[in-house]
Amino acid sequence: MTHLDTELQLLKKSIIEMFALVIHQLNKAKDAVIKFDKDLASDVDINEKRVNVYELKIDRDCENILALYNPVAVDLRLVLAALKINYNLERIGDYAQGIALIVKDTKRPFEKELFEKTKVLDMFYMSIAILNDAMESFETENNKLARTVFTKDEKLDEINRKANSALSELFINKPEEIHQCLNILSVIRKLERVGDQTKNIAEEIIFYVEAKVLKHRNKTKEK
Amino acid sequence: MSSTVIEAKNLNVFYKDVHALKDVNLNVSRYTISALMGPSGCGKSTFLRVFNRMNDLIEGCKITGSALVEDIEIYNKETKVDELRKKVGMVFQKPNPFPMSVFENVAYGLRINGISDKNFIAAHVEKALKYAALWDEVKDGLKKSAMSLSGGQQQRLCIARALVVEPSVILMDEPTSALDPISSAKIEELMYDLKKEFTILIVTHNIQQAARISDTAAFFYIGELIEFGKTKEIFTNPKNDRTQNYITGRFG
Repeated sequence: MTHLDTELQLLKKSIIEMFALVIHQLNKAKDAVIKFDKDLASDVDINEKRVNVYELKIDRDCENILALYNPVAVDLRLVLAALKINYNLERIGDYAQGIALIVKDTKRPFEKELFEKTKVLDMFYMSIAILNDAMESFETENNKLARTVFTKDEKLDEINRKANSALSELFINKPEEIHQCLNILSVIRKLERVGDQTKNIAEEIIFYVEAKVLKHRNKTKEK
Repeated sequence: MSSTVIEAKNLNVFYKDVHALKDVNLNVSRYTISALMGPSGCGKSTFLRVFNRMNDLIEGCKITGSALVEDIEIYNKETKVDELRKKVGMVFQKPNPFPMSVFENVAYGLRINGISDKNFIAAHVEKALKYAALWDEVKDGLKKSAMSLSGGQQQRLCIARALVVEPSVILMDEPTSALDPISSAKIEELMYDLKKEFTILIVTHNIQQAARISDTAAFFYIGELIEFGKTKEIFTNPKNDRTQNYITGRFG
């Protein structure tokens, strides 16, 4: 194993650790919403600093590898992908924190009807599942698994769209719950963005493994 | 003027029983730098030396197939080696100036071609030294011995010596491997300027140098041309696993 190999393995390990940390944050944010647990929400808020520390460490590692080892071909693609995945994961960490802050600011538990009508819990499960898929596909360089993220993200988008009409109905029928509805809407938007960031991660994994650039192609078919 | 300057078609080179180059097909475009890469003994220097017939001097060397420079079949019996070498200059690994003055080193190529007009020679020596980015450093000491120059200056002098007859192709066999980083960087900058008027074929063991300076790159392995393409593609997405393993330092 060359020195560069060792550095790249360590970089991969750090990215996987960051994946795990962000997934953990999102899971906790989900539980905080479901159980209306403000302590859990505080944990997520505090732990966000760890995500930021990881981001800075990975940025610095990438910079060192580029400067000291001049990677090319698949090695270069790994470092470039790592830089972008790092950014995407940090953003997902921000969304988890954003959801936790909503829980902290909300005065009473969310109505079950709100969960059922908006399918926000499905969005939680799905966004965590595709993030797990992205992590596994990065770890095992499984481009087929990475491609499944695109179709799953479309399902997230669909729930997001349908949530709008469900919430409009609730606005009319239960005007006293408007504050709760707006908070859930905000959670839904954040989860939709988690899906988008995960899709970006999947594109980077495919770039790393196949050297194909999928960005800015509109149709899933083309991917 | 054809866009292809160097062409190899089904080129084979044998050194007695050793099959040093196997059916190589490769075209080099005008005004480009092409880097030849590969582990020791892969045939890259053999390939380079085909194009000024330096392999002719090696006992037991046999060449089949076709090698063309400016559409001229260079192994045709009617092709004269001295005429070919006006079209093809060569720079070696170690600077090898002649034990004579700076001026005479560069003028040598003109004199052996029968040119004796002093003004013509002086003008061309100056032009070649300017091409080689050495003029400013030696213009006040043209009569000094070339041996008094630094290693990097000597190598640029050798480049000027190759350029003075205005060849279309310059062959370079690891031209910076004996130089310090600053002198190497100067030669690399020089090559970048030279490709505006010349076509350069360079053998290099320095993979990063190949990436920095070349437009196209070829990877040879055990006498075979494994991959030839745009340098940007070779260094970002090589098509062949052996190329990838070599440029990423995993073998060779």
